Amino acid sequence: MINFDALQSLEPNALILFAPEILLATMAMLMLMFGVFRPKSMRTVYRIAITTLILATAALLFPFFQPGDFILFGGAVIVDDFARYMKCLILAAALAAIFMARDYLERTQLQRFEYPVLILLATLGMCLMVSAKDLVAMYLALELQGLCLYILAAFKRDSLRSSEAGLKYFVLGALSSGILLFGCSLLYGFTGATGFEALANAAGTMPENLGLLFGLVFVLAGLAFKCSAVPFHMWTPDVYEGAPTPVTAFLAGAAKLAAVGLIVRFLAGGFLPAATQWQQIIIALAATSMVLGAFAAIGQNNVKRLMAYSAIGHIGYMLSALATATFEGVTGILLYLFLYLTMNIGVFAAILLMQKQDSQVENISDLAGLHERNPGTAFMLAVLLFSLAGVPPLAGFFAKFYVFLAVVEAGLYPLAIIGVLASVVAAFYYLRIVKIMYFDTIAEPMRQTAAIELKCLLVIAGIINLVFFVYPAVLLAPAQWGATSLILP
Amino acid sequence: MSVYLLSLITFLPLAGAAVIAMAKGDPEVVAKNARYAALWTSSVTLLLAIFMWIQFDSNAVGFQFVEDVAWLSGTIRYQMGVDGISAPFVLLTASLMPLCVLASWQAIQKRVKEYMVAFLVLETLLIGVFCAQDLVVFYLFFEGGLIPMFFIIGIWGGARRIYATFKFFLYTFLGSVLMLVAIIAIYWVAGTTSIPDLLRFDFPPQMQPWLWLAFFAAFMVKLPMWPAHTWLPDAHVEAPTAGSVILAGVLLKLGGYGFLRFSLPMFPLASEMFTVPVFVLSIIAILYTSLVALAQKDIKKLIAYSSVAHMGYVTIGIFCANAQGIQGAVFQMLSHGWISAALFLCVGVLYDRTHSREIATYGGIVQRMPVFAFALMVFSLANVGLPGTSGFIGEILPIVGAFEQYSWVAALAATGMILSAAYMLFLYRRVIFGTVSNEALKDIMDVTPREIAILLPLLAATILFGIYPAPVLDAVAVTADQILIRYQEGLALGGATPY
Repeated sequence: MINFDALQSLEPNALILFAPEILLATMAMLMLMFGVFRPKSMRTVYRIAITTLILATAALLFPFFQPGDFILFGGAVIVDDFARYMKCLILAAALAAIFMARDYLERTQLQRFEYPVLILLATLGMCLMVSAKDLVAMYLALELQGLCLYILAAFKRDSLRSSEAGLKYFVLGALSSGILLFGCSLLYGFTGATGFEALANAAGTMPENLGLLFGLVFVLAGLAFKCSAVPFHMWTPDVYEGAPTPVTAFLAGAAKLAAVGLIVRFLAGGFLPAATQWQQIIIALAATSMVLGAFAAIGQNNVKRLMAYSAIGHIGYMLSALATATFEGVTGILLYLFLYLTMNIGVFAAILLMQKQDSQVENISDLAGLHERNPGTAFMLAVLLFSLAGVPPLAGFFAKFYVFLAVVEAGLYPLAIIGVLASVVAAFYYLRIVKIMYFDTIAEPMRQTAAIELKCLLVIAGIINLVFFVYPAVLLAPAQWGATSLILP
Repeated sequence: MSVYLLSLITFLPLAGAAVIAMAKGDPEVVAKNARYAALWTSSVTLLLAIFMWIQFDSNAVGFQFVEDVAWLSGTIRYQMGVDGISAPFVLLTASLMPLCVLASWQAIQKRVKEYMVAFLVLETLLIGVFCAQDLVVFYLFFEGGLIPMFFIIGIWGGARRIYATFKFFLYTFLGSVLMLVAIIAIYWVAGTTSIPDLLRFDFPPQMQPWLWLAFFAAFMVKLPMWPAHTWLPDAHVEAPTAGSVILAGVLLKLGGYGFLRFSLPMFPLASEMFTVPVFVLSIIAILYTSLVALAQKDIKKLIAYSSVAHMGYVTIGIFCANAQGIQGAVFQMLSHGWISAALFLCVGVLYDRTHSREIATYGGIVQRMPVFAFALMVFSLANVGLPGTSGFIGEILPIVGAFEQYSWVAALAATGMILSAAYMLFLYRRVIFGTVSNEALKDIMDVTPREIAILLPLLAATILFGIYPAPVLDAVAVTADQILIRYQEGLALGGATPY
């Protein structure tokens, strides 16, 4: 249980350690006020949002940085290296989502100040998700980001598909939250605790307790929905397709990071003593996600739908690393998340860059002959696609390599073999896009926006993926620090 | 200088590719500059490779020009080095590349810049495979080669290029991902992926068959062995001339190199166990694909099938596990490297003039192109394995090696030589002799000086090493002995008795 006595006497240290979240929350409120009173000054709101995110990252890393693990607010949240690593990625993803949106929102007449406010609030929820150490805090954080995302998915409110996406996401999200909450109540009922540590102790002492296991399974189902693992993935393609593209990028990037971070924190951090109980579930989720992600994407013609299935497949790889319940596994996930984030930002920036006469390019066939029109964009997108497919020497290979390193160490050979075979199938549909860009001839005139932010994001993402092989160990140390705070090596 | 020589040879083409990729401006000028820059880069790389070959001490045991830098994590390091079985391949790759650039000088007219970039990147990756002394680095180069090849076939290929390039990519990718799982398993069992260390490590006998099979999957597709060879005829037929040259000349050799480097010395018990199945597959490859080659109507397809048949000798040589066999296998790979390259270049010479690969459209070429007819004759006979050409040494040594223990294999493999004579001479007769019946051939010109410059070095290598193969065989001998010592040790340790 949360120790409420401790909450009343807040130590100043807690506020400093919590500075990024406090900053996000206050600035989001201020922006909301500002937006209400000065609805015309869109640009200012955007600039404030960007500054806030940069300041939050700085507050996380530089002036207030204190090494070590800190449990704050009576055990509700923890600030450790895992949380710091994840928050860095989430803040970067949020920043990218705001940069990506400017041009798109201008073109689609959607310049509303609520967009950055919602992004900031969702980011706050995500930051809390990865540092939650208590079922109550976890659920509140999850709902905060969830509600913001439902609105964002329906942000293009005149569009039927966007509204449908928002509604579908909301209804299914509410259902999954209910399931999760039911699981939480079972856990509390059978152990009398809501803190992860106390739950872990209970799981260690009575691993065969049926009520505990039921609770665990329900919570897992809820979390699997949030990170769209098969068989809880149904919403993903529709929501990705319907939501405005910058929002899709945010869903695929930051939201996935936070969901995976939470499931890792909950299982590897909290329920490690009961690993044998949940490993089989995660193995099943991982294997089905990898296979379905690979096969279902083959038939897609919409880039955003394809990226949805691709995301399902990639979640499968991360979950297979989680299934090992080892230090190497968590390290692998953390590396994977960083590299996956760069690929995602790059691909969505490239999608946003391309437009037809009056609409956004969304069909794969519209990319035909892209190489001749925009060789730079085509090259960077090809790099990202090969990276997504996991072809060496691009960064995506190393992401998969670390995952398989952990999977094989744990002796899960069938999972490793399913994983590599699924990656071959997945390579087919990534290659198909490369084929359309490079081998086919121009189908339809298309122009590129002049948005410099999008080009920058694409180039940065592409270059990270292209040159990562030169010294892949660069990311290993931070990921290992992060993993150490959950599982000792 | 020599400390980073191998890295220099490996990454120089990549640097050249980067420079070419950045060129901007008038398409004509860019194309011209790209051609010259690619030629210069590959020529300097060749000079460095020759320098490496001169410095290479063929009597020394172990790896030379060793480099070792921290890279991926503690024990997975960037390690480079060459020994007797990899140094010749580095030289082969470096020497074929300028020829490829020259062969594409006029044949490639669209997207010249990208073409040259793709070839130079491919050169980096291919040389890297042979220099890599760490399994993960090896895998990186081995798989990375798929990307430029995917583009080379897919952009500059023939009519069915997209089917061919997807088939090539997915077949090879499928084969090698299983090797990745095996590499990771090796990492956890042996605690390292450094190849020199692994060559001293005794793998548990119950693990060896699995690891062997995973590596076999990768190399079987790459070599290719029957029945995983079907991607090769498609890829060869659709690839541009230089693409076929590099495919037949170097890419296929990665499979044989892998067997020699990993399968035999690291998993001796498994190699022993699977010897007979490998021989059976090799024999089928030699006999079956030779017969298939006889029935081909397309010149390139015929040579592609003949490549599969010739790779059968390589696997026989490697897995009979004696000095003649291994030396013969390496020699056969090198010799096939330049002979098949030359044959594809000859086809390219014809194709540039008539834009046809159909055998039926030719006939009577000797009357119009006597010099070309002579060159093609030498290479055809070398492909058959005529004594005095390098092809003979490459085919006779594996057969000699096999005869010692498996005389039935030697007997059947020798039949393949007769079949190869049949399909090559049959091809030669239909293309070169006879009367000129096709109107398009009436005013065909003989080889240009550029084409002579391409074919002459290959002709010299074919004859020279056919008469005096010692430089290559000596370089290979010490390393081959090392592999055999490791193999025998491993067998003794496992207490295996030969079949």
